[in-house]
Amino acid sequence: MSRQTTLAVGALVLVVLFGAPLYLAPFTITLLNYIGVYALVALGLVLLTGNAGMVSFGQASFMGIAAYATGWTSAVMGYSPWLGLILALVATGLIAAILGAVTLRLGGHFLSLSTIAWGLAIYFSFGNIPGLGAFDGIPSLPPISIGNLALIESGQIFYLIWIALLLSMLAIHNLLDSRVGRALRALRGGNALVESLGINALRVRLATFVIAALCAALSGWLYAHMGRFVSPTPFDVTASIIALMMAMIGGAGYLLGAVIGAAIIVLLKNGIQDILPRIAPGASGQLEVVVFASLFILFLQRARNGIVPFIAQWIPEPHRERPPPADALPRQTQPAKGTALMQVEAVNRRFGGLIAVNDVSFEVHAGEILALIGPNGAGKTTMFNLITGALTPSGGRIVFAGKDITKSGACDIASSGIARTFQHVKLRPKMTLIDNVLLGTYGRTKSGFIRSALRLDRAEEARSRHEAMRQLDRVGLGDRPYELAGNLPLGNQRVLEIARALAADPVLLVLDEPAAGLRRQEKLALAELLRTLRAEGLTILLVEHDMEFVMGLVDRIVVMEFGCKLCEGDPDTVRTDTRVQEAYLGGVA
Amino acid sequence: MNAQIAAILTLDGIASGAIYVLIAIGFVLIFAVTRIIFVPFGDITAFTALTLASLENKHLPGTVGMVAVLAAMATLMEIFSLWRKGTLGRVPRALLFYLILPLIPAGVVWLTAGTLLPTALRILLTVAVILPIPPLLNRIVYQPIADATVLLLLIVSVALHFAMSGLGLLFFGPEGVRTQGFVDYTAIIAGTPVSGQAILILGSAIFFSFLLYLFFSFTLTGKALHATALNRTGARLMGIRPQQACTIAFLLGALLAAISGILIAPVNTIFYDSGFLIGLKSFVGAIIGGMVSFPVTAIGSMLVGILESFAAFLSSPFKDVIVFSILIPVLLWRSYTLVHAEDEDEE
Repeated sequence: MSRQTTLAVGALVLVVLFGAPLYLAPFTITLLNYIGVYALVALGLVLLTGNAGMVSFGQASFMGIAAYATGWTSAVMGYSPWLGLILALVATGLIAAILGAVTLRLGGHFLSLSTIAWGLAIYFSFGNIPGLGAFDGIPSLPPISIGNLALIESGQIFYLIWIALLLSMLAIHNLLDSRVGRALRALRGGNALVESLGINALRVRLATFVIAALCAALSGWLYAHMGRFVSPTPFDVTASIIALMMAMIGGAGYLLGAVIGAAIIVLLKNGIQDILPRIAPGASGQLEVVVFASLFILFLQRARNGIVPFIAQWIPEPHRERPPPADALPRQTQPAKGTALMQVEAVNRRFGGLIAVNDVSFEVHAGEILALIGPNGAGKTTMFNLITGALTPSGGRIVFAGKDITKSGACDIASSGIARTFQHVKLRPKMTLIDNVLLGTYGRTKSGFIRSALRLDRAEEARSRHEAMRQLDRVGLGDRPYELAGNLPLGNQRVLEIARALAADPVLLVLDEPAAGLRRQEKLALAELLRTLRAEGLTILLVEHDMEFVMGLVDRIVVMEFGCKLCEGDPDTVRTDTRVQEAYLGGVA
Repeated sequence: MNAQIAAILTLDGIASGAIYVLIAIGFVLIFAVTRIIFVPFGDITAFTALTLASLENKHLPGTVGMVAVLAAMATLMEIFSLWRKGTLGRVPRALLFYLILPLIPAGVVWLTAGTLLPTALRILLTVAVILPIPPLLNRIVYQPIADATVLLLLIVSVALHFAMSGLGLLFFGPEGVRTQGFVDYTAIIAGTPVSGQAILILGSAIFFSFLLYLFFSFTLTGKALHATALNRTGARLMGIRPQQACTIAFLLGALLAAISGILIAPVNTIFYDSGFLIGLKSFVGAIIGGMVSFPVTAIGSMLVGILESFAAFLSSPFKDVIVFSILIPVLLWRSYTLVHAEDEDEE
């Protein structure tokens, strides 16, 4: 679809939407208001669940905190609802930050379960605080006023709700397509990769969690002043699961999914409330829950990606231009060739009774290619993980560029200039090639959540894109930057990982079996690339099994066997060393 | 609060804690084998209590209808999937396991409704009626998505809980019930009265935990379950059928839920939706055990019970708030001690 068509369709939708109060009945407008309010909560979940991979069963309680904050401010204390909005956002944000700081480290199902628990705790608190009206709630909230206009009618607050929703969608759309947005999307699928890129996963998670809570808070504020009454019931765990249901049914990965999901559930609920009493008079209340829950389960069994992908496959992909050239990102100065870049001193690592790495020492000199080789089980990958911070040594010392990194985490080590690839390729298969490489530039760029949401990051973004394209071209994948990484064959995926590592502009590049799975031509090209990088002053450490690849390429070799260092030297020395021959060939005849 | 009150509260807490222990162990058991966090566990406990009360009042318990509906659904699904696989020869077996076996106890209850059976028989029948429910739910709800991520399974579980509590209201009605005590005996330990029911609860919890320990340590089935929990692929290669292991785990879980339901029935007034909170409190115990360790789970659940009883004494309306709030320090502690495997979503 061309840009003009998109704009035209967008404008038409806006006109139809904002004209709605002129041609639709007030009841329909009320339904639209509910859709808008719930879509805001679901929008937070799209960000949280669909993009960052965290599931919350407690969004309605955030809505509740906001609703009670504004209820208390406006109805009990008599201040303006706008002050209520500020209080609502601050209170929700703070509580979310505290809850998040405590629970987000756990991740996965622990996080989700704790959301049920504190969702319940917050709900019970609403019902038991006398100052907030206990289970009776707070009646007669004032309407929101803009200037002298009080938004009393459903056709009036309609505009506020939908403008709030559309602006939030725009902000989150911008956010997802930015430096932090990519980091956030990369959270799905585990921390190992994210941390190795110098991204503080916990901080990104926390910020995402707070943003999702703020979406719920905005929704709660609108909800409170729409019904002009606040009570605990709309904010219980059922409401939270319904919000999650909206996001999942619409399509948790897509912004539009929030709106479509909210529309379906609100309309369905409305329809069910009409139909059920006719089918089963007297039991409709409980049947409603059963019907909803069963539909949801059926939906999750059959179409867990939601409705939007179904529609999206009929809409042609927008044509995306190759990013235009821009200024290069600032580069690190490489240390002088031949100086000691990293010292590994008597490092060991135990796993219970097993000593995987036993007192290994070696040095990496700036500007060289050093290979770590050894038979299977020699402890090479463990050594790698110790260097890159994926594991912490049990003893010994690792110094990089004069800094002791023995106890540093993967994230800090990445920031200090070590970029790595993985033995088992870790890419984000649902992200494009360029987005995967852009992840590498995270540490070289600065734009945060607010700048990104407001699109103030475009200059920096253009430079990052230019850099990512440069690295893609360099490894030979520059012709299809918008392909999904998961569609590449394994060999290309390995090369893509190298491009991502290069985009971080490292001092030391650490490659874990880069040639595995490559065809001969690809290996030659890779060796050529590594030579060019060496010529540019980059230091490379690699683990490799392919001796032909290693011998023709590297400057020095460290051989490991059974967790110990066997010997080190240039390829010819190592080749003729009898101990090495014994280790590989099982004794020399 | 004086020492006397503290002692009473502690004992009270230990009694309810013992019930949480049984449920929490069931949670951990099912989770370890199937990766499913079976949120409706508490509902099963509540349904057991409601069933027992119905039998005591000579009513037909709603469980019979529920089992019949679930068995019919599971059978239809199984036959349909057999038909699609082209292995219709296995239909008689499916009928036996998904329809006939679950319906036998339900049928007995249906026939004997209206006559007051001896207590022991009532309890036995109640357990027998409840037992098929979780395995049937597994067949209907979880088996079609056995490969899904833990998070998706959790979302399904939460949805299933809502369906179950809705069904609970339909089948059992809104009234709360409490059965007669099984034992009419009060011991005085160190000057504090201890009800026979509390002793019974504690004794049962210890007995069944020990039985479970024996099962996992000394039987081949137990070891197979343990192996499935540790490594599904590996277990499969060793000829352990994952689905069978799941069914056994659900059956064992059902047994634990049924026992806890029987034990709690004379102590608390149980409503159709009481199960959720009971389940969640046990869950706090399971989280203390990191969802892996049975002994730590048991200790954690005991602590939850004791905390709850003190919280109820100090501030009744905020009892649940206090219990769920301890999750936060627990999680904080857990987040630093628990070594969790990198959960790589295959997306």
